[in-house]
Amino acid sequence: MLNWIYLHLRAFALALERLAGQPFGTLLSALVMGIALTLPAGGYILLDNVAMLARGVSGKPEISLFLDNKADSGQIDAIRQNLREDPRLSAFRFVSRDEALKHLESSGLGDVLGGIATNPLPNAFIVTLRGDKPELFAALSEEMRGWPGVEHIQLDSAWVKRLAALLELARMTMLVLSVLLGVALVIVTFNTVRLQILTQKNEIEVSRLLGATDRFIRRPFYWFGGLQGALGGLVALGAVWIGIDTLAAPVAKVGETYGVLIVLAGPGWRESLMIVGLAIALGWLGTAISVRRHLWGRP
Amino acid sequence: MIIFDSVTKLYPGGYTALDGISLQIAPGELVVLSGHTGAGKSTLLKLIPAIERPTSGTVQVNGQNVSSLSRRAIPYLRRNIGLVLQETRLLFDRPVIDNMLLPLVINGHPPKEAARRAAAALDLVGLSGREKEFPAGLSGGEQQRLAIARAFVNRPSILIADEPTASLDSAYASEIAGIFGSFNSAGVTVLVATHDISLFRQWSPRRIVLDHGRLMEQ
Repeated sequence: MLNWIYLHLRAFALALERLAGQPFGTLLSALVMGIALTLPAGGYILLDNVAMLARGVSGKPEISLFLDNKADSGQIDAIRQNLREDPRLSAFRFVSRDEALKHLESSGLGDVLGGIATNPLPNAFIVTLRGDKPELFAALSEEMRGWPGVEHIQLDSAWVKRLAALLELARMTMLVLSVLLGVALVIVTFNTVRLQILTQKNEIEVSRLLGATDRFIRRPFYWFGGLQGALGGLVALGAVWIGIDTLAAPVAKVGETYGVLIVLAGPGWRESLMIVGLAIALGWLGTAISVRRHLWGRP
Repeated sequence: MIIFDSVTKLYPGGYTALDGISLQIAPGELVVLSGHTGAGKSTLLKLIPAIERPTSGTVQVNGQNVSSLSRRAIPYLRRNIGLVLQETRLLFDRPVIDNMLLPLVINGHPPKEAARRAAAALDLVGLSGREKEFPAGLSGGEQQRLAIARAFVNRPSILIADEPTASLDSAYASEIAGIFGSFNSAGVTVLVATHDISLFRQWSPRRIVLDHGRLMEQ
């Protein structure tokens, strides 16, 4: 076990030495990988911001249950009980017909009802949902429509559907872009490692003559590819932060004109680790293919 | 024990490097392999550590049939064989000590033990104190001694050398021959291909002569 650790430390040191031995090439590769990763990483972070912003601007998705004017207190209590027990709902409140009338009058629309002697507005429940999936809206409204005492259901799900569709489209675009750029990164690493193998040809041959196994010879290249990926990931992370920092002020200004406070959020710890981890994995994959292609079958 | 049984080696293009060679080399023997250029000396030596494989016949090294050895098993065979090829095959971008440590690391020696063995081997070939120098800074004879020290540092039971004195003047050549002689005196099987048999005469070696891939004398 100690020897295994020692061999990995040695391979790690060798990989570092090779990266440091060609600083310009290392920098270029890291920049290429970093820029390629910045596009999807930045895109995802931006999408998250848009999704959060949309929720903030439009408020939480709600369903309004308008009750039949003939509904008695027993039916109203039964509806309240149903709403209380439903785990898909995050909150609900009862708006009596008198409250609704007061609200209407205070909003300056009281004149609309000027000629009517009795209050025509119904009692209502305003329900807030957990989540904003259109399917959840559809299922709940269908269910609530059948409750005794409920006369009309109003759900404002059109915007939810549109937003979900747009975000889904953007996510799919990002996914396709990520896959394409991921393949490009694998190719970049493949080629860098191929050049490394050519540069180290003599050492590889001598090592084989001295009894080195394939694993011994490959180990430093895997570390090399992984380290190069990590460098690319860090460059991407830096670029995303610079992008967020640069866009924050103009975006906040746009928000101000709509009376909304917009604060762009950069990648958190989890997202940062994912970006660097993905870059390492892609570097490693490119190395694995290159090593297999260029070192295999040469005893 | 090294056993060649009816070994033939054809290279692509139909060139016959070895033609039905059969011979045995006992443990602890000093064998000098001679013959004109192209006689098959290098090919014969390369068959022992499986750098080349025979076209027909079998080569056995310490009871292992090298001819049919799997690719994965070859490294472990080579760890028991010290190799000094025509070119020194040193790592010129690494200092002397790194050249010496490489076979020890490959063989899984812990760092302290590896350093101790490397120092001892360098001392044996008279390169003590030159650890931090690069091979390019050494003379031809010193480079050859370094290659020999690297071949021997793992204490192999067999030492193979292909023209180890070819590029050296007579003083250096005698020195190198002396090193092989002393290894053999320590019980190592030594197999040396050379044009100059007289260098090894004082150790009364067994002589094998090849001519156009055929065994002429042993």
